[in-house]
Amino acid sequence: MKMYYLDFEQAVAELEGKVEELRALNQPGIEDEIKRLESKARKELQRIYGKLGAWQTVQVARHPQRPYTLDYVEALFTEVQVLAGDRAFADDHAIVGGLARFAGIPILWMGHQKGRDTKEKIQRNFGMPRPEGYRKALRLLRLAERFHLPVLTFIDTPGAYPGIGAEERGQSEAIARNLAVMSDLDVPILCTVIGEGGSGGALAIGVGDRLLMLEHSVYSVISPEGCASILWKDAGKAAEAAETLGITAGRLQSLGLVDEMVPEPLGGAHRDPQAAAQSLRERLLPQLEGLLRENAGQRLAARYERLMGYGVVGEA
Amino acid sequence: MSWFDRILPPKIKKNTIPAEKAAEGKRSVPEGLWSKCPTCQAVLYRTELEENLYVCPHCDHHQRISARQRLHFFLDAEPRLEIAAQYLPVDPLRFKDQKRYKERLAEAQTKTGEKDALVVMRGLLQGRPVVAAAFAFEFMGGSMGSVVGARFAKAAETALGERCPLICFSASGGARMQEGLFSLMQMAKTAAAVERLAKAGIPYISVLTDPTMGGVSASLATLGDVLVAEPQSLIGFAGPRVIEQTIREKLPEGFQRAEYLLEHGAIDQIVDRRQLRPVIAEMLGILGGGETAG
Repeated sequence: MKMYYLDFEQAVAELEGKVEELRALNQPGIEDEIKRLESKARKELQRIYGKLGAWQTVQVARHPQRPYTLDYVEALFTEVQVLAGDRAFADDHAIVGGLARFAGIPILWMGHQKGRDTKEKIQRNFGMPRPEGYRKALRLLRLAERFHLPVLTFIDTPGAYPGIGAEERGQSEAIARNLAVMSDLDVPILCTVIGEGGSGGALAIGVGDRLLMLEHSVYSVISPEGCASILWKDAGKAAEAAETLGITAGRLQSLGLVDEMVPEPLGGAHRDPQAAAQSLRERLLPQLEGLLRENAGQRLAARYERLMGYGVVGEA
Repeated sequence: MSWFDRILPPKIKKNTIPAEKAAEGKRSVPEGLWSKCPTCQAVLYRTELEENLYVCPHCDHHQRISARQRLHFFLDAEPRLEIAAQYLPVDPLRFKDQKRYKERLAEAQTKTGEKDALVVMRGLLQGRPVVAAAFAFEFMGGSMGSVVGARFAKAAETALGERCPLICFSASGGARMQEGLFSLMQMAKTAAAVERLAKAGIPYISVLTDPTMGGVSASLATLGDVLVAEPQSLIGFAGPRVIEQTIREKLPEGFQRAEYLLEHGAIDQIVDRRQLRPVIAEMLGILGGGETAG
């Protein structure tokens, strides 16, 4: 697949473009030149990704070639069985979920799912769930509890879908219900932001015992564009909004809101999806094994304490 | 009210209102003897309007009221005790847009006399002990940040400890952007607090008032055992403008209004503000929470 370059990666695009041209020539004696250019491209990537700004991180998190939930499911799990539908209205393709084994451990997984090509993007509604998606997730959560399956969730959505039908069918209640149920679900819940963590639509499958974030993913109460258009009255100020909102994995970890940051391959997960999946596996598995060792009462009490601990207030 | 009170100019009249009542009434309502109903344009006496709980006597339009007025109208006159007021807002992100968050907080505090957007009181509803919380829409749009979350959690914890019902009046644009992800996490925090009440069998009545949107709508406000809305209240997850921009078509008449929600099965009842006390008291009587202590 042809690499899609972000605007701040143009220097890399040029270098890698030259490499491709040289390769296409297929002449003897150019290997050294190719190596030189590749090393230069690598250094350029290191330079760019070494000081990635919040707005640039948003662009990486939304990269069209970034691995999505089903890519990680395929790379991490075995015996995958997809489970569909909310049993009431529809099957929402913006949320996927099912059974699987992770390193042999039976689990239940769920995540937002974006589409690759135009047709799939529309089918998956750009990863923006409607109430039936959250209610499918709720059904699977209860299934997990019934059969004592730990839950792994993968967060990657611009947000819950703002549409007429979604409002009519109770988007608010669908999200709220999941928050309440996840706060007290009697199985370990391990949540990972793999791309975009878009507000309530992300949180609706994001309440649990641990929160991990991929290095170049973002998690925010509102999209930087939305924030900019409300507070600056100018969506063009999205970069400033992204910076001040504090939405990157590193910043959120330092604020105590994220437990662990999952390193990505140089230049982002899309440059080496297998390496990204391996990195995620190396962090998820110890976390899951740790949670499985805790007794249920302790785990639920700790989850409640964790939820009650959210927020920074002064006291009179 | 005597004819004499009615014709007194506002400055003098103010002094004749008991101090406590004046404090309750002065905030979100424009000064002056007269006001105009924004819906039917009827000219209304302010005092008459207040006696009618800021519902227009001609067209039943429910005006927005402050958090303190709300609790004043809802709870029995005595006793009342404000709780969770010790939690005060800070600026964990040093957030700055065109203005600093700290400045916005200070301005809102000066304008409203509140420290943040939720007021919680213990009191009685027709003799029954309750905990009641009310959002202050007048304070930064009733937005939910860490203080709102902390105060709501305290309200739920108090209701749990006292085994008495919780009633919450929501009026909010959603999460408080200036607190970033901390404000998003208040959705999870308040939902968890409500879940504890549900597991303990303590009734929680959520009253949705105009407007209840975004992160507040998608957490504590729609998790009540019973959901009651005031007439015509705007209630939803996404704001109407956002939806219009997304789908590029006009929204149906009455979209996201309380009547529309009732029609779609999203709420239990629409209750006139003047009937909230007896209706909720009756519900609580049957649900059984908060039997008279001792």
